[in-house]
Amino acid sequence: MDEIFGIPAPLLFGQLLLGLINGAFYAMLSLGLAVIFGLLNIINFAHGAQFMMGAFAAWMLLEWAGLGYWWALLLAPIIVGFTGVVMERLMISRLYKLDHLYGLLLTFGLALIIEGIFRNEFGSSGMPYRIPPELAGAWDLGFMFLPVYRGWVVIAALILCLATWLLIEKTRLGAYLRAATENAALVQAFGVNVPRMVTLTYGAGVALAAIGGVLAAPIYSVNPQMGTNLIIVVFAVVVIGGMGSILGSIVTGFGLGIVEGLTKVFWPEASATVIFVIMAIVLLARPAGLFGRA
Amino acid sequence: MELRRRTLLSTAVSAAAAASLPRLSRAQSANTIRIGVLNDQSGTYKDNTGPSSVACAQQAIAEFGNKGFNVELIFADHQNKPDVGVNIARQWYDQGVDMILDVPTSSVGLAVNNVAREKNKVCINVGSATSDLTGAQCAPTMIHWAYDTYMLAKSTGGAMVKAGGDSWFFITADYAFGHALERDTGNFVKAAGGRVLGAVRTPFPGTTDFSSFLVQAQAARPKVIGLANAGSDTINCVKQAAEFGITRRGTKIAALLMFITDVHSIGLETGQGLVCTESFYWDLNDRTRAFTRRVLPKMPNLYPNMIHAGCYSATLHYLKAIADMGVAASKASGTEVVNRMKAMPTEDDAFGSGSIRPDGRKLCPAYLFEVKRPDESRGPWDYYKLLQTTPPGEAFRPLNEGGCSLVRS
Repeated sequence: MDEIFGIPAPLLFGQLLLGLINGAFYAMLSLGLAVIFGLLNIINFAHGAQFMMGAFAAWMLLEWAGLGYWWALLLAPIIVGFTGVVMERLMISRLYKLDHLYGLLLTFGLALIIEGIFRNEFGSSGMPYRIPPELAGAWDLGFMFLPVYRGWVVIAALILCLATWLLIEKTRLGAYLRAATENAALVQAFGVNVPRMVTLTYGAGVALAAIGGVLAAPIYSVNPQMGTNLIIVVFAVVVIGGMGSILGSIVTGFGLGIVEGLTKVFWPEASATVIFVIMAIVLLARPAGLFGRA
Repeated sequence: MELRRRTLLSTAVSAAAAASLPRLSRAQSANTIRIGVLNDQSGTYKDNTGPSSVACAQQAIAEFGNKGFNVELIFADHQNKPDVGVNIARQWYDQGVDMILDVPTSSVGLAVNNVAREKNKVCINVGSATSDLTGAQCAPTMIHWAYDTYMLAKSTGGAMVKAGGDSWFFITADYAFGHALERDTGNFVKAAGGRVLGAVRTPFPGTTDFSSFLVQAQAARPKVIGLANAGSDTINCVKQAAEFGITRRGTKIAALLMFITDVHSIGLETGQGLVCTESFYWDLNDRTRAFTRRVLPKMPNLYPNMIHAGCYSATLHYLKAIADMGVAASKASGTEVVNRMKAMPTEDDAFGSGSIRPDGRKLCPAYLFEVKRPDESRGPWDYYKLLQTTPPGEAFRPLNEGGCSLVRS
């Protein structure tokens, strides 16, 4: 039988793979959010804008400095991460003692400002950014035609997610981070500079968003709105996975990408909604999220 | 409760709209014509319409000079939302704005058209695509300027069928505009003996990854994949179709609504070989080049597309009609102004000579362009090769087929 539920099997496999690719972006972005929320208790609404800044940083490096994709993959996260560090020091650090809502409002406002500035400077239709020649071309898998670049995105995302998870769960630095989440005062008493660690964590979370932006630049149009559409979905992913759960956000990111991919085959009109339906169900059944601790 | 929330919301919207309005001085209003450009100043269609439309209207006012009355130009952002657009339009007309210009996004364009009809004020629509504006929804106060879905479908769709693309699959933005464009194009494909194999409706706005839809389209094995969408949707579709090697394997992409501003964003490397239809291109002839040279210093890093040029041409023609009939008479009735505009031939550098039909359709040639290869392009914005020209009389839907009540059968 080469049909499953009335859909030709090759088409279905193709959609599963495409879903996995989109899931890679969801996973990368929700990972950054989870890291930030886990340690800072800040719901970073500027994440979409920082993702967009990563893509624009790649474009600027190419246009203004002649530095190609691989340099951008290294430099863009550093540059954008640094802006994150500055933001955390100047503004976000003042809100730790207040309710979550204030952090959310601040970062949401910052996101609007950043996007507005980029729209004024670069217009709304976006900039072209080419796929690096090393990753151009495509593999014919028999059931579908897979661009090499998309394969690279999945691999890069998996490496990134695994590395972050290992860093937090298996290293001494990660142990400090987790300890500071539980009881910051105590960790500080042991001589660890907690405020600096918090700042760097925010910078690292932002850098993850920027890497996502660089990876997305050759696929999507590099435009100021590119993060806005994604960030809402990514928040749903974080909520479903459980706020602050690293593993949860990775697994849910990939999983929901696949669910969305399948919806695009069976009921395309609903593909933008399905993730939110799942979110509502999960919130009713398990308010802390699939992987969260109540 | 629901009702109260509604009232509250609309009050908030009007308050926001009012705050964005420049204060209009009543004192000298008798001898001043006010033009309001209402379009997308901050969203997806900002580059296709936006500040560049305002700049082109300004250019027309400057070139028209002083003919015994003053002209004021204001603009606002309708955010592609019909309710916001209608609120601003009402306030503007009530506060003495004489003509509203541009109004892209078909849903907003249709809504504002109704306000203009109700208030007997002029609305010149340049940015909306739907051909319903001069069909069932036509109004004696409205002129539709640069293009519509019928013209795009006939020019781009017709040419692709003629070139052998006789089986189609559509990727359609799931709202009024996408449906209209799919319907109009499908009719041409079928009339020319082609087949429509299917369509996939993509959520709008909010879809950025079209690869699933492109792969589905390809699975139907059409000769042509028709993109019934616009702006960043079209840009993403074209980029991703190239990435998935769809064009390299013989399937053609028909971008049914694509502006030169979109081509600029796609880049020639990816966009080469695409065909699209516009009624204006800056490098068409000496007059279009002269117009572009004049207006470029006012434009924000973009060359004008057919909407921008349309705003210039429409403003110029409108002011000529006002000069002809007098300010006082023009303020009395929007219908009379539009009748005068229909009676006069149009003449400007961007579109050459033309005319306006009784249903409000401005007639101009439709040009079918092919996007150049990177090695063919000799300078900035040198993007198009002219493939064919449809004369004004044939480019648009025949007058008696639109169902417009202004047309006597």
